Amino acid sequence: MSPLRTALTVLFRRELSLAWGGGGGPLLACGFFACLTVLVPLAAGGDPAGLKPVASAIGWVALALASMLSLERLFERDLDDGALDLLATGPLPLEAVFAVKAVSQWLATGLPLALTAPVAALTLGLSPDLLPLTALAAAIGGLGFAFTGALGAALALGARRGGLLIAIVVLPLFIPPVVFGAGALERAANGMDPIPALALLTAYALFALSLGPFAGAAAIRNAQS
Amino acid sequence: MFGLANPERFMRFTRPVTPGLWALAAVLLAVGTWLSFTAPEDYQQGDTVRIMFVHVPAATLGLMAYAALGISSFFALVFRHPLADAAARAAAVPGAAFTALALVTGSLWGKPMWGAWWAWGDARLMSVLILFLFYLGYIALRASIDDEARAGRAAAVLGLVGLINLPIVKFSVDWWNTLHQPASLLRMGGPSLSEVFLIPLLTMMAAYAALFGALWLTAIRTEITRRRVLTLRARAAMEA
Amino acid sequence: MITALALTGLTLVRGERVLFRNLDLTAAAGEAVALTGANGAGKTSLLRAVAGFIRPEAGTVAFLDADGDAIDPPEARAHGLHLLGHLDGLKTARTARDELMFQSQWLGHSHKGIAEAIEGLGLAPLLDLEVRKLSAGQRRRLALARLIGSPRSLWLLDEPLSPLDARWRAVVGEMMARHLHGGGLIMAAVHDPLPIPTRALDLGAGR
Repeated sequence: MSPLRTALTVLFRRELSLAWGGGGGPLLACGFFACLTVLVPLAAGGDPAGLKPVASAIGWVALALASMLSLERLFERDLDDGALDLLATGPLPLEAVFAVKAVSQWLATGLPLALTAPVAALTLGLSPDLLPLTALAAAIGGLGFAFTGALGAALALGARRGGLLIAIVVLPLFIPPVVFGAGALERAANGMDPIPALALLTAYALFALSLGPFAGAAAIRNAQS
Repeated sequence: MFGLANPERFMRFTRPVTPGLWALAAVLLAVGTWLSFTAPEDYQQGDTVRIMFVHVPAATLGLMAYAALGISSFFALVFRHPLADAAARAAAVPGAAFTALALVTGSLWGKPMWGAWWAWGDARLMSVLILFLFYLGYIALRASIDDEARAGRAAAVLGLVGLINLPIVKFSVDWWNTLHQPASLLRMGGPSLSEVFLIPLLTMMAAYAALFGALWLTAIRTEITRRRVLTLRARAAMEA
Repeated sequence: MITALALTGLTLVRGERVLFRNLDLTAAAGEAVALTGANGAGKTSLLRAVAGFIRPEAGTVAFLDADGDAIDPPEARAHGLHLLGHLDGLKTARTARDELMFQSQWLGHSHKGIAEAIEGLGLAPLLDLEVRKLSAGQRRRLALARLIGSPRSLWLLDEPLSPLDARWRAVVGEMMARHLHGGGLIMAAVHDPLPIPTRALDLGAGR
């Protein structure tokens, strides 16, 4: 294998194992997500019919919040222990390093959440034949959350109150997938075609995937200077 | 234009210009307000149509200020020009204020028109809200990073990313079915407003533009002066 | 393969402070430069500027190959140099073996180099331990392993020997001597003299 391919594989494997393990991987995100989707019906007084119109909205807000959880650690740890310098003097451009981290974030947080989402949808009163759509939309939306979230983490690198700052910066970036994703589920629940909303969701994810690495690499270089 | 990029020259050039802009803004605001109140009532909306004379200029300036922020951010990142960085920073708070004003007046106008204070599914409302949140994120990012140069660059990256909002806000009323009114000023075929409304509106637009110009230049000048003070202090500390 | 490093008219500014102005330095293959000076004088910043993390206010950093032609700086930094800072760059939750393998494979390894590193730095008994269980000296030896495990011409080292005891300092000194003998270059920020012949560059009084 060429040294570039080796480097890419090795980095990907490491980032994935770091994101997955080390306390705060999928279990934390899914646990948090489950808590939110249980709390809201409880707070609403347990009237199942009243929740139906906002079920998809609640689900997507919970998804967005759970996706924010491990963002602070994404680059901060590497900055603190010096590993970021190592990553920057390697054969891969920083844009590729960013993309690998964002994809690992998606695999370790986004996809597990996408698998938990149908369960949450059921508890919120969504009909069972919407479950595959729920998982698909959550997976695609999760990719958008991962790349824009990683951008937020890179921008806030080295700042005080990192977690809070990331949430503020990332909020406008998370709104479109929440709107499109909840919209897709709403339309499907009302018997309309969810494809246009899904298409927008996918377009957003692709946009984040292509733009994120360049902005993110610039932000990382800034933090290292 | 690049001649102004030298801070010395910029300060000299803007010394007479800035008070002039303040004066112009005051005059135009006075005239525009008078025209707004003497314009006839709209046959459909009655008196509430007058909110348009605040709402539309505020929204326009909210967008223009962000364009100024974004373009300055570009120059700050690519050319590392300290004046560009100061210009981007100076546009943030006025721009955020104009956008907030647009959102609030829009809400006040929307209530009698559509029966609701806010329409969550509306593309234009959402995209302007997102623009406002970008402003807040920019300001928060700058404030939270201690190293000023680093804070400026990180914020510049965010500012550039947010430029994507501008075409989306502009075209949101065309691309999506929205409650919000479609474009009546900048459209093919010329403005669709009648003269009695167009003239006060354009006057107020000019007034807000002058006001932003005055605010922006004043803020840049203040920033340049502040940096000079810091440099002088640092030099004094080193020599001591 | 970087055979020479040329700093011309280098001026570095950190915040409001000018660290140094118009620094000229050339280092050729087989040479070691020791950066000395008080804390805050700019030793770390100079190393980071050569590594490409800090943009100089003025001046250039150039890398030359065997024919004397300039190597494109991003290319040089991605394949031609090691930067070993104060921090070890090791992930505490992973085992020493995982980290060693990652670092070598990431930077471009040779099997021979890795075996040499393990043997030379006495890492064999540490390999199965998690990094958090290692002492500061052991971590530094693990971090130094990448210099041997992944051969690269220019070594930028920031106080490389500080947590090591006398025995290991001698070992690392020999590693450095072999590197220079093989045509490598070293630029190291140090407080105490290195166990190899160096040219000194004093960056002054600092803060």
